[in-house]
Amino acid sequence: MWQWFHRLGSPRWFYQTSGKWLPWLAGITFVLLLIGLVWGLGFAPRDAKQGNSFRIIYIHVPASFLALAGYYVMAIAGAVGLIWKMKLADMVMKSAAPLGAALTFVALVTGAIWGKPTWGTYWVWDARITSMLVLLFLYMGVMALQHSYTSVDAANKASAVLSLVGMVNIPIIYKSVDWWYTLHQPATIKFTEAPTMHPDMFHPLLVMIVGFYCFYALVLILNTRSEILHRERRSSWVKDVVLQNQR
Amino acid sequence: MDGHGGYVWFAYLIAILVMVWLVAGPLFRQSRVRQTVTRELRRETARHHSAGEAGKE
Repeated sequence: MWQWFHRLGSPRWFYQTSGKWLPWLAGITFVLLLIGLVWGLGFAPRDAKQGNSFRIIYIHVPASFLALAGYYVMAIAGAVGLIWKMKLADMVMKSAAPLGAALTFVALVTGAIWGKPTWGTYWVWDARITSMLVLLFLYMGVMALQHSYTSVDAANKASAVLSLVGMVNIPIIYKSVDWWYTLHQPATIKFTEAPTMHPDMFHPLLVMIVGFYCFYALVLILNTRSEILHRERRSSWVKDVVLQNQR
Repeated sequence: MDGHGGYVWFAYLIAILVMVWLVAGPLFRQSRVRQTVTRELRRETARHHSAGEAGKE
């Protein structure tokens, strides 16, 4: 079991193994997103109160889910790198930061655009929206720390510590709609109850959520592979990979 | 479209642009690293050849 763990820590093994699965992952991601988008935009029924503007949900909710889940990915990768000094874990943490930041940005912007016709305003300092903005700043902080040190080890340590400290924000975002009197509506999707949404609207949302999870994995792997190639560019196996691709 | 179509399309446009950028970014970065490695390999081969010829003289 430890052998597997140590092999997992080898950037070269990760690069070569992920390369085999990448085309499949890309294909599945594309198909799921396409189905979800066409279904949600074209075939889901209009909302009784919001009309067609509710269709922003098919981007807004999946992006938000992944912004939160992705933060845990980044923090756990940082913790693994901190505890076991695994280079690959540090690279995954570094790769997860801009990805999570971009998805948080998409969630905030699509939410703002949705807010205008629904609430009459693009922005309000509501508990959930404010804590999502804090999440964006945390991601950007991790990215900034990566560039703030000449030593890669020091940068990784600082990023990992910020990621771990910032983890407290995720349950706050999640429970904000329950703990505070917020404009943002409470959860539609719950673990213990049926969703408060009609199945014709809900099923394309599920497809988009799964599609976004696949998209996240795809981009995380692409980012990590590019980071591996960059960090190990002087090693002989990278030179072999580059030569092989030119034949 | 009850006047909300513009909002929906604009939101989707931003999301799709960001997602395309997220995929294209690492692919471009990888190709730059490959170019750097290829250049370095060519320099090494040239150095090797010139060292070999110098040794023959």
